[in-house]
Amino acid sequence: MHAVQMKGIVKRFADLVANDHVDFDLEKGEIHALLGENGAGKTTLMRILYGLYHADEGQILINGSPVAIHAPRDAIKLGIGMVTQHFTLVPTLTVAENMVLGETGSFTINLKEIEKKVAEASKRFGVPVNPHALIRHLSVGERQRVEILKALYHDAQILILDEPTAVLVPQEVEVLFNALLRLQKDGLSVVFISHHLNEVMQICNRVTVLRDGKLTGTVKIADTNLKDLANMMVGRENFGVTRQGEREQGKVELRIEKINAVDKKGLQALKDVSLEVRQGEILGLAGVSGNGQTELSAVLCGTQKITSGKVFAGDVDLSSADTSDVCAAGVGRIPEDRHANLVGELSVAENLILDQMDKFKKNGIMDQQKIQDNAEELIKTYNIKANANDRLRTLSGGNMQKVMLARTLSQNPRIVIASQPTRGLDVGATDYVRSTLLEQRDRGAAVLLLSEDLEEIMALSDRIAVIYGGKIMGVLPAQEATAEKLGLMMAGSAA
Amino acid sequence: MEFTLFLVGLIAATLRVATPLIYGTLGELFSERSGVLNLGIEGTMFLGAFVGFAAASLSGSLWIGLLAAIIAGLLAGLLMALLSVRLGVNQHVAGLGITLLTTGLSLYAFRVIFGESKVPPSIESFPMLSILPETHILAPITNQYLLTFIGLALIPVVWWIINKTRFGLQIRAVGENPEAADAAGLNVYAIRTAALAIGGSLMAVGGAFLTMAQLGSFTFGIIAGRGWVCIALIIFANWKAVNVLWGALIFGGVQALQLRLQTLGFKLPYELFLSLPYVVTIIALTIAGRNSSAPSALLKPYRRE
Repeated sequence: MHAVQMKGIVKRFADLVANDHVDFDLEKGEIHALLGENGAGKTTLMRILYGLYHADEGQILINGSPVAIHAPRDAIKLGIGMVTQHFTLVPTLTVAENMVLGETGSFTINLKEIEKKVAEASKRFGVPVNPHALIRHLSVGERQRVEILKALYHDAQILILDEPTAVLVPQEVEVLFNALLRLQKDGLSVVFISHHLNEVMQICNRVTVLRDGKLTGTVKIADTNLKDLANMMVGRENFGVTRQGEREQGKVELRIEKINAVDKKGLQALKDVSLEVRQGEILGLAGVSGNGQTELSAVLCGTQKITSGKVFAGDVDLSSADTSDVCAAGVGRIPEDRHANLVGELSVAENLILDQMDKFKKNGIMDQQKIQDNAEELIKTYNIKANANDRLRTLSGGNMQKVMLARTLSQNPRIVIASQPTRGLDVGATDYVRSTLLEQRDRGAAVLLLSEDLEEIMALSDRIAVIYGGKIMGVLPAQEATAEKLGLMMAGSAA
Repeated sequence: MEFTLFLVGLIAATLRVATPLIYGTLGELFSERSGVLNLGIEGTMFLGAFVGFAAASLSGSLWIGLLAAIIAGLLAGLLMALLSVRLGVNQHVAGLGITLLTTGLSLYAFRVIFGESKVPPSIESFPMLSILPETHILAPITNQYLLTFIGLALIPVVWWIINKTRFGLQIRAVGENPEAADAAGLNVYAIRTAALAIGGSLMAVGGAFLTMAQLGSFTFGIIAGRGWVCIALIIFANWKAVNVLWGALIFGGVQALQLRLQTLGFKLPYELFLSLPYVVTIIALTIAGRNSSAPSALLKPYRRE
């Protein structure tokens, strides 16, 4: 019996075909993975099912009968609930208020009674939440539970989870999986969007794989394995870049001594953080989003001041440096938000010299020929799929990141600060970025890699530090680091 | 005794000055809590002042005039909704456009209806209520216009609507996170449109108070930037209905005070006194506006991708 059937779904965004005649079906009471790289069209397909997008072509059947879903409220009426990657909760409202947002009914609202009903539902479905709490006071894992409970509270029979584990530490993932398996027993059908093969193998019954907006196939988990799935997902068997062998490490290049800093709201974001990165090593800094990584990276890039402590690049004191000092000291930065560090309206060539304009001046005027030559060369070396004079905003995320890498690394920095360098990139671009970082390490640069992707940290780092609540929880050599150990540290337990 | 009289007069004048500001700011509160900055407020107040006056003058009924002002404000709110919510026009541009449009329309209609005359036309305005006998020392404070009392009573009512009703919850939701509201099945456009319509009506009443109660006549400079003051007051009030009272009273108080200071015969240019309320507003804003909790989605037109 099918809970959902989607037939021949086509969705276009301007020139891009996000879904190209995709068929998908969900059986009652199964957990069905929707697997694919970033940009493969998984989220688009599910947003169509939930009424957030409209399909250009195709048909949707719920419990065997054709339906028209124009908006989320239609989907909710049909028993469909969706937990999107960016949570759709109003942070200034309480859990209970968020639960009843979409309901119609009496003019006044009796919060007490709603809170009671939410508490009951929380118990009944085994999804613990506190109905009085304001959303903005909750952790990411707790917010996700609120989202799931919200769907169940509205009698969802079909639950769509969009990359639910991306924001969770391994222990929270386990809690989530246990809850899902229990709900599955009670008859809930689940669509589990992911690009993590291990998770898909662990919890799902069937898997549908998308690639470049097209259906690659649907298989039973029992009939497949990691390697086949990877192959279906990326179209090649061998994937992933990892650090090869151990290296002899040089002297300390980047030294951070007991620095403290505050975040935008004036709250303490970094507490006595000390780290050392040596020549020829990658130090990975793991942690769940929002634990001080953004501030640390801003401090090291010279865009944020510290309240106390010292930062040294070699012998150069960068404790109160601004961005130009940082550049001059040979620190290359691959920042977290590439859109904030590249200018969409400027050309690729212009973006490539943004932080080193002095080198391209002739008699006080920009030397256009030199800028052009520089761009042509870097485009070739870094395999950027664009022309020198293209506006930067017309590039894909992967190519933008290559522009960022080219600009930074072509200056042969002795220290590289890379923040979330592969976030939002597809597998091909991710591999490229990772191997470039490894090249920098082999060249002798000291690389500090800040990433929320634990697999990435473990694949690349020589040593791994974990940050939690603005504090360094510990530093482990790569050989001693396991996902479990790191997960505990990321959740705040000391190693 | 003389000081008591001065104080009573000051408080009475403060309430009168504060009345249009209370209506305007509460109207703006509805708009902004739903995520739309309505810079049409200055023009909408002007429109309310004109339509109320003209309708009362033509029909001979003040209540018909007030009703007409409310409807005119509602329409101005709906126009703002059409531009900024439905069509997604930049809110600054849409709001300023509405202010220019409604001001111009009102002036034009005024000339058409009343012609050019040396003596400005006037109407028999709303009477003050006589709660205490004229001779009582507190009479100037208690004997105010009905619209002043309604305005004061509206503050807790608006607080209740925003915080305790389903509609209020929906307004807060679309003003803070329209994506979430949409995903929850709410109609973001409809809720914002309703909030703007209600807001426009309130603004218009604020304007109508000037022509139909306080002055009994219509002049071209009647609103004189009161709408912009409301925009400042909403920041001062930190987008909370209850604080609107304090903001309006402080501004009204300083305004009433400066009028009295002018008559005391200080040897200072009177423009200095005139500017006093605005200076105080700026100071109050820099102090109160620093930890503002503006609705997160303010100024962001909502578009489903």
